[in-house]
Amino acid sequence: MQAELKEDELHIWRHCLLFGMAAWLAAATPASAFIAYVSNEKSNTVSVIDTNSWTVTKTIKVGQRPRGIEFTRDGKFVFVAVGDDDSIQVIDVAKQEVVDSLPSGPDPELFALDADGKILYVANENDNTVTIIDVEKRARLGEIQVGVEPEGMAISPDGKILINTSETTNMAHFIDTTTREIVANVLVDARPRFAEFKRDNSEVWVSSEIGGTVSVIDPAKREVTKKISFEIPGLRSEAIQPVGIGMTKDGKTAFVALGPANRVAVVDAVSHKVTKYLLVGQRVWHLAFTPDEKYLLTTNGVSNDVSVIDVAAQKVIKTIQVGELPWGMTIAQP
Amino acid sequence: MIRCLVAAIGLSIAATSVLAAAPIEIGIGYLGRAGIKAKLSLVELPAENDGLAGARLAIEDNNTTGKFLNQRFTLEEVRLKDDEDVAKTAAALAERTGFIIADLPADDLLKAANAIRERGTLLLNAGAIDDRLREQDCRGNVIHVAPTRSMLADALAQYLVWKQWKRWLLVIGSHDQDKLYADALRRAATRFGAKIVQERTFEDTGGARRTDSGVTLIQRQIPVFTQQAPAYDVLVAADESEVFASYLPYRTWDPRPVAGSAGLVPTSWHAAQDQWGAIQIQNRFAKLNSRQMTALDMQAWTAARMVGEAASRTKSGDPKVVSDFLRGKDFSVAAFKGRRLTLRDWNLQLRQPILLVDGRMVVSVSPQEGFLHQVSELDTLGVDRPETKCKLN
Repeated sequence: MQAELKEDELHIWRHCLLFGMAAWLAAATPASAFIAYVSNEKSNTVSVIDTNSWTVTKTIKVGQRPRGIEFTRDGKFVFVAVGDDDSIQVIDVAKQEVVDSLPSGPDPELFALDADGKILYVANENDNTVTIIDVEKRARLGEIQVGVEPEGMAISPDGKILINTSETTNMAHFIDTTTREIVANVLVDARPRFAEFKRDNSEVWVSSEIGGTVSVIDPAKREVTKKISFEIPGLRSEAIQPVGIGMTKDGKTAFVALGPANRVAVVDAVSHKVTKYLLVGQRVWHLAFTPDEKYLLTTNGVSNDVSVIDVAAQKVIKTIQVGELPWGMTIAQP
Repeated sequence: MIRCLVAAIGLSIAATSVLAAAPIEIGIGYLGRAGIKAKLSLVELPAENDGLAGARLAIEDNNTTGKFLNQRFTLEEVRLKDDEDVAKTAAALAERTGFIIADLPADDLLKAANAIRERGTLLLNAGAIDDRLREQDCRGNVIHVAPTRSMLADALAQYLVWKQWKRWLLVIGSHDQDKLYADALRRAATRFGAKIVQERTFEDTGGARRTDSGVTLIQRQIPVFTQQAPAYDVLVAADESEVFASYLPYRTWDPRPVAGSAGLVPTSWHAAQDQWGAIQIQNRFAKLNSRQMTALDMQAWTAARMVGEAASRTKSGDPKVVSDFLRGKDFSVAAFKGRRLTLRDWNLQLRQPILLVDGRMVVSVSPQEGFLHQVSELDTLGVDRPETKCKLN
């Protein structure tokens, strides 16, 4: 009963969204500038990119081995996990410098903020745990034991479920955010790196770097319903290593970063078919959309740059040099 | 409504099955020879639990995963003394476990494989690098996790050729396994276009590896031994017996780099390997064992993880089911080498990249760029399908 109601609601909501987007597109104002923060794993810096001029406007010194990076909900701060310093540093966006740090548990790699931006869930790779942190109180609220080498983190659109992927256990753990207990474990292909929900909660996608696939999981049934694989002529399948996933808000198009294949796959997120491969920089890792979804930026580890993809045209339009081994990225309104 | 009901029933079934059954026990044996292998360098002396420590870590990793799947892994360690009969011990161990990780010399490994053939226990060779075990002496009940001599030699040769160090002075020890390594290096030179300009043999005349004024003597001996060589780019040493190779670097008559058994060494693993998430397993290993992780540790870890991986994919601890999965086309395992590792179906050898290390750092990882193959670039290392002499029964 409830499920059906929900679908109706969604249907209406989707229509509204489409209408809204169309109206907004028609207005066609020039692209407003956003700022992108890129963590450079080897340089121990964060590059700040202005999306109007597509230039690096500032390079901020941070702690050792910065990887996971995300804006706070109010856009005033950026959290960056500095794994080898066992903490999460806080960058003040106005000052463009590190002003604070949060407790994180050992070796934080990726993390997720809840919808209100009050609770932080951190994957601690060395400890087989997910640490829960109250951002305001700067206090550790608890820990959840997960599989070996936790990495990918995603929160369901309704906030009820946290997904954590564990790289050597090869699972997506479904964690109830209220009870903070694992409620399901879904086996996926080898070395799951990243998880991404569709906004309507109908699917969660998990990339498997070594397995070479993206598993599409039904969050209600908690089972894999489809596996997306990738074939690029002239490339051995071992070189195709999916990591970052970017999904448009309408749930229609997804982009998957394929690591050393140096390509981003464009996937029809409804039919789950790959429609195109975009050549970007070397060892493409994570992806981030500008908030207007006009552009998708990619971090390219080995070539030390960021590629800019025009989302509508599905074309790479720009390359920006950043620090060494760019890893993660977050974009917001300045 | 119906959908909700079905979902609810599904959930409750899932919940009860997790709560109810006792965990599936999956026993893995570890069979090795007691005693410490000789090494020239004091810092490379293997620990007593070399290999075993890797298997123990994999059991922990398997159990972390196993707790979500109701599987529990155990390890039974058996160390053979000199006079103990390997066949009998292996057969007894096979009574209790469906899987045995073996760190045994080639002849012992074959005896063990023959002794357990009828029992359905799978042998995972973590220690022996002999090509013949994968070729004329291959067995259907043995999976090879250790790389072969020819894979190691090819990995080194690809790098030396890429570096344009194509003229080799080959120095060979006088023991049998040194000669086997030299054979693999000659084959590699021919395959990848290097030229062996001269071969020399370093006779093992006996003597101690530890002495009080060793360095002075070696400093006189090695320059003389390496003088009057034809023009060469790199000295390649075949000394698995650890008699002389580590004395070569910085002491050759001509200022040339050393590779093979010393200098730039091909290996399946090294404590300096930190790429592809490897820092995580290095940390886990050090925490558990209070030492650094060796190649043998990694080979044993990989062997036990392969069993764990197959058990979680098949949701079974049955040796036949797990073995079949390992041999099947869906099997692959992640082992911090930057790509998935799979089995060569013609001889059950694990495909794997090979690290080239200088003792302190990983210098490169083979296969090198540009060495192409129609199936897998990893098959440019070692004996490929068309050349194999293996007939699996």
